[in-house]
Amino acid sequence: MLGHRLSEWCGHGPILEEDIALTNIALDLVGEANLLLGRAATAENAGRDADALAFLRDVREYRNALIVELPKGDFGFTVARQFLFSVYALHQWEALSTSADDDLAGIAAKALKETRYHVRHSAEWLVRLGDGTDESHGRVQDALDELWRFTGELFLTDDVEQALVKQKLAVDSSSLFDAWKRDVTDVISRATLRMPGDVYMQRGGRSGMHTEHLGVMLAEMQVLPRTYPGAKW
Amino acid sequence: MNKESVLAILDTVKDPEVPVLSVVELGIVRDVEFDGDAVTVVLTPTYSGCPAMQTIEDDILAALNAAGIAGASVRTVFTPAWTTDWIPSAAREKLRAYGIAPPGHSGVHSPVQLRRREPVVCPFCGSPNTAERSEFGSTACKALHYCNACTQPFEEFKAI
Repeated sequence: MLGHRLSEWCGHGPILEEDIALTNIALDLVGEANLLLGRAATAENAGRDADALAFLRDVREYRNALIVELPKGDFGFTVARQFLFSVYALHQWEALSTSADDDLAGIAAKALKETRYHVRHSAEWLVRLGDGTDESHGRVQDALDELWRFTGELFLTDDVEQALVKQKLAVDSSSLFDAWKRDVTDVISRATLRMPGDVYMQRGGRSGMHTEHLGVMLAEMQVLPRTYPGAKW
Repeated sequence: MNKESVLAILDTVKDPEVPVLSVVELGIVRDVEFDGDAVTVVLTPTYSGCPAMQTIEDDILAALNAAGIAGASVRTVFTPAWTTDWIPSAAREKLRAYGIAPPGHSGVHSPVQLRRREPVVCPFCGSPNTAERSEFGSTACKALHYCNACTQPFEEFKAI
């Protein structure tokens, strides 16, 4: 999801280096998704491969957190979202790298290395924009305030996850909150930005209840394999 | 046919995006397995989304086939995760001669590290008076730098 959203910056980055950086990160995220969906397809054992899971599921079958499907917004919004998500991903991958499932542990250990670069990239931009001009400060603060209500969902756990946690296969998402909050607070403060206050937290992604943006995004993301089934090049 | 002879063949297969390094020097060939006459090359990907991996697999099989080893296969493993620390020093020198600064030690990062390590040395003039432009470059594995001494932009094979 987020890899696709970042790929929308291709040719639209504020400077050439950022165009390249955002699409490189998109490539990492799509690569990680490909590996995870491949592992999921093996577990499902129903004849679907990673491509089928990515391109042939409808909106309600997606289980992603809402924060990653939101439109890319302006550059400040993209940076703020990338920062909040990357710090979460860092701790999720780190914990998952000790999974009892060898494939998951290996995928996580690899993704963790990539995510360190993503965290540094977005954190440095958050500081640059937050501690920049009045305009950049205002925009990135607005983005943080807007995004905050989508962060709670990242740390919700459910019965499926808890069953996997018992088998030492998955990570209890709620256990990641303290480390995430610590890191996020630290960088937001260095960026001279204000931590958003307590707000009502949106949820729904895990049960397939998405924002109106996901359907529009999937229409574009899935048009080719749905129009030309089995297309290869 | 033994592991050494297969590795010697694989050492002729170059990374399509960094053609100065072989797949062996890159450290992505983890093992060679034999089961009777069947050869399996055990490979680990560089970056999760590296678009060159399919080409590398095809090139490996083509090279083995050309050397008379038919019906070989490639098996992908994820553990341990690839690191640039596996690139030997001779291969690092090849990178430098090719105009790409070799990777530093991958090290251990604090969770949110904003400051980078010491400046990267320019592969053209050897000056440490360089500035990082971006940690993301023309491929997943490279970063962009600029040398203030010889006023040349250059790439770095980034440590991971």
